[in-house]
Amino acid sequence: MLSGLLGLEAFFPNGVSHYAIGGLLVGLGTAVIYYGTGIPAGASTFLESTLSYVSDRDRFQQYRASRDWRVVFTVGIVLGAAVYAVLFQGGAWTTEVAPWRLFVGGTLVGVGTRVGKGCTSGHGICGVGSVSRTSIVGVATFMLVAIVTANIVAALGVTP
Amino acid sequence: MSANTGRHPLFLPVILVGGLIFGFGLGFSQMARPEVVLNFLTFEDLGLLFVMGGGSVVAGLAFWLVPHLRDGAPLTGRSYKRRLKSFDRRVLVGGSIFGVGWGLAGICPGAAYASLGVGNWPILYAIAGMFLGAYVQGVWRSHRADDSASPTPSDD
Repeated sequence: MLSGLLGLEAFFPNGVSHYAIGGLLVGLGTAVIYYGTGIPAGASTFLESTLSYVSDRDRFQQYRASRDWRVVFTVGIVLGAAVYAVLFQGGAWTTEVAPWRLFVGGTLVGVGTRVGKGCTSGHGICGVGSVSRTSIVGVATFMLVAIVTANIVAALGVTP
Repeated sequence: MSANTGRHPLFLPVILVGGLIFGFGLGFSQMARPEVVLNFLTFEDLGLLFVMGGGSVVAGLAFWLVPHLRDGAPLTGRSYKRRLKSFDRRVLVGGSIFGVGWGLAGICPGAAYASLGVGNWPILYAIAGMFLGAYVQGVWRSHRADDSASPTPSDD
C-alpha cells in the first residue's frame, strides 16, 4: 500500500513484505549467535574451514578451531531453508539458471569472497551492521560489479 | 570455556538454532533463488534491498545493544567486539571477482546453502564451484610469502 502511494510498485512487483520479513530473520539468526557466543558469523569462511578436513595446507588449517561449528552453522542454514520449503513452498524448487553459469559464477564467488575477506553475509550483514568501512566498501564494490555483470549477461541474451 | 579446552554444552546448539533462523530467513526472503537475485541486479525487482537492509539493521542493532547488556558472551566468555576487517587492495580485487560471480550466477555462499535446503539440487554446481574457487585461491596464496605473514583467521 505504501509503495502504491509512492508509485514504487514498478520496482517491487512482488511486494516487499516477504523480503523484509526474511531479511529480519537473517539478522535475527546472526543476532542469536552473536548474543550467545560473541561471534559475528558469516557464511563464506565455511568454504575454507571445511577444506581443512581434506587439505593439510596451512592456509586452510588456520581455520581448524572454527571448522566444526561452521559445519553446524551451515547445516542449520540448509535445514532452516528446508523448513521454509516444507511449510510455505509446497515441495522442492529448482533453478532454471544454466549449470555452467552456476559453476563458473560459483568458482568466482569462491575466489572473490576469500580474497575480499567476506561475502554478502559477512560484509553485507555483519560488516555493514558493524558500520565497518571496509565492509561498506566491499559491499559497494561487489554490488556495482554484479549489477554491471548481470546487465551485460542479460544484454548478450544469455537466458536463463 | 575456550574452543580448545571444551566448550559450553549449549555452544553448538545455539549455533544450530541461529543457522536455522538464518536459513529459514533466506528461504522466506526468496534470496535462495538465483533468479530473484538476478532480477534484483537487473533492476526488475529491488525487493532484495529489504533483505540486506533488514538483516543488517537487526544485526547492527544486536551488535550495538548486546555489549550494553553484558560484558561477555555467556557460552564462550568472549568479549563482544565489532567485526572490523582491515582495508587493503584485496577488498577491492576480491569484491570485484565476487561481483562478477554473483552477477553471472545469482548466488552467494549463504544463499547457496539455503538454496540446497529449498530443494534446488542444481545449486550443487555452484557449491562445487565455490569450494574449487576457495581451494584455488588458498593454494595460490599459500605460495605467496607476503600473505602468510598476515593470516586473517577469525571467529574461532
